[in-house]
Amino acid sequence: MFDILQILLSESFWSASLRIATPLIFGVLGALLCEKSGVLNLGIEGIFVAGAMVGWMAVWLGAGLWGAVLAAALAGALFGLLHGILTVPLGLSQHVSGLAITLFASSLSYFSYRTALPTVSSPPRIGPFQPLDIPILSDLPFIGPVLFQQTALTFLALFCVFLVWYVLNKTALGVAIKAVGDNPNSVDAQGLSVYGLRIGAVMAGSALMALGGAFLTMSAFDAFFFGMVNGRGWICIALVIFASWRPGKALLGAILFGAFDALQVRLQTEVGAFVPSQVFLAAPYILSIFALVIAARRAEYPRALLTPWFKGQR
Amino acid sequence: MKFPYKMSRRLFTSATIAVGLIAGAGVSAAEKIKVAAIYTLPVEQQWISRIHKALNTAAESGAIEYTYSENVANTDYERVMREYAEQGQNLIVGEVFGLERAARKVAKDYTDTAFLMGSSFGPVAPNFSVFDNWIHEPSYLTGMVAGSMTKSNVIGMVGGYAIPEVNRLMHAFMDGARDVNPDVKFLVNFIDSWYDPPKAKESAFAMMDAGADIMYAERFGVSDAAVERGVKAIGNVIDTSADYPGTILASAIWHMEATIDKAIANAASGNFEAADYGQYSFMAFGGGSLVLDESLVPGDVATAVKTKEQEILDGLFRVNVNDARPESDG
Repeated sequence: MFDILQILLSESFWSASLRIATPLIFGVLGALLCEKSGVLNLGIEGIFVAGAMVGWMAVWLGAGLWGAVLAAALAGALFGLLHGILTVPLGLSQHVSGLAITLFASSLSYFSYRTALPTVSSPPRIGPFQPLDIPILSDLPFIGPVLFQQTALTFLALFCVFLVWYVLNKTALGVAIKAVGDNPNSVDAQGLSVYGLRIGAVMAGSALMALGGAFLTMSAFDAFFFGMVNGRGWICIALVIFASWRPGKALLGAILFGAFDALQVRLQTEVGAFVPSQVFLAAPYILSIFALVIAARRAEYPRALLTPWFKGQR
Repeated sequence: MKFPYKMSRRLFTSATIAVGLIAGAGVSAAEKIKVAAIYTLPVEQQWISRIHKALNTAAESGAIEYTYSENVANTDYERVMREYAEQGQNLIVGEVFGLERAARKVAKDYTDTAFLMGSSFGPVAPNFSVFDNWIHEPSYLTGMVAGSMTKSNVIGMVGGYAIPEVNRLMHAFMDGARDVNPDVKFLVNFIDSWYDPPKAKESAFAMMDAGADIMYAERFGVSDAAVERGVKAIGNVIDTSADYPGTILASAIWHMEATIDKAIANAASGNFEAADYGQYSFMAFGGGSLVLDESLVPGDVATAVKTKEQEILDGLFRVNVNDARPESDG
């Protein structure tokens, strides 16, 4: 017990938690935005892979780091557009289309990678984002190392939490997005485009998902490799429900998951002799399920989630 | 499907022999055998890259025709094995750690095809041979380096999955370190993935937080963490010292050429039998070797390690084999 307390009080633990949480923050915000507009986006896992590949590849081809971030976001938005067209005006099954996007995006990413680099012996490395060393702030006890020695993308993720919250709750656009996910007929009656709002939200959400992938190859590591997303996208789908479609709670959920993961890594090392490592590896997922069971009871689903809407049909 | 293929190959073989006899030329062209490899991960992955390299070398030398499929899921692996066998590949190389039983069944159905598979288990007559990266000897030597050079007496080890080939090398490394430094303690962690560098990095950071000052880099990502924190690392399977200058003290390198060349020669001469090719990864066969960075390793340590290396090569020292899952010291 003492060991756990010691771990929980260490700054390196919280710093690791935020690092592990960063791609999840992007992903869960993206999924939240899509679902708020009424569209479930199971393409998230593949869009993560595409973001990871495009961001890294752009830097490798000579783009600046921020240019590459933009490229990754655009790639994500394009897959979002595809998912949007399939599920919104065409009204196809959101589950099937999403899974197809995941398969398509991850395979296409790997295909492009292999086509561009047919004979490499190890994935080429790029110069990734470095931890920002902010004068004074970084030297603060505890908070300094935890908050202010992260890379720029972590700050971007935190800013996006605020941005998504602001847009959804403080702007007319946000009201329209929420309305289109709850009652598209009311939006249509207002003379707004249901299709446009939904496709737009899915594109923006997918762009955020791609940033989560880009974080993996441009900040957490410095090269792309097939399979490195390793289920992180799926976690986000669960976290959205945990967050009850609220950006603030989404941040909390992502950090909680990151903390579970950082804890399991440390516990595995400490008491690995007595408990199989698989127990620890599964722990964050098991704990998320528990958190879901508790949180989902009060979850406020967007009422039109998964329901296609066709103009002129009531 | 099986029957016509058999016929056609027999026909093909007799035809080539006939042509060879008529032309009076050597049979070297006819001996060029077809080799297919099936990998569950991309060819960049360390372990696979060694097999791929050896097969490419053989293809460049003209000994074989080489084709491969990478990134084949374990669930799809059996199908790809069958496809290559149906195509008439003479030798199929790959890794069956995730489908040991199923792969042996496939081999049974294609007894004219030679199979050489990375496996935790044994060969099966008549055509299923196994290999593995038996580089426990150089791993032991790198352990000596780590044990001699750690100041905190804490060494961190991040592994992929706790399967015999991973465990064995970890134990050899730990034995080497303990033999030169009885006080050394190990932190062991598995990430249950062959390639999740961000996760491997986080595991490594956690170990450094717990005092590890030398990292056994079984996976990609660990050396990156070592570079960021300025600690040293020990390489495994491939030599990454150029990618992490000043960080990799020593590496246990795997050379697949000895294994592949032996298998190709056996398949080409029609003498391929079910056998364990593991020994061709031993140092005595040139299948394993040690790389030391002499600018980082003190002279007396390097000398001790090289003396031990010679003892292994001379058959005077045998590194223990222990396939059990390694555990952290409490």
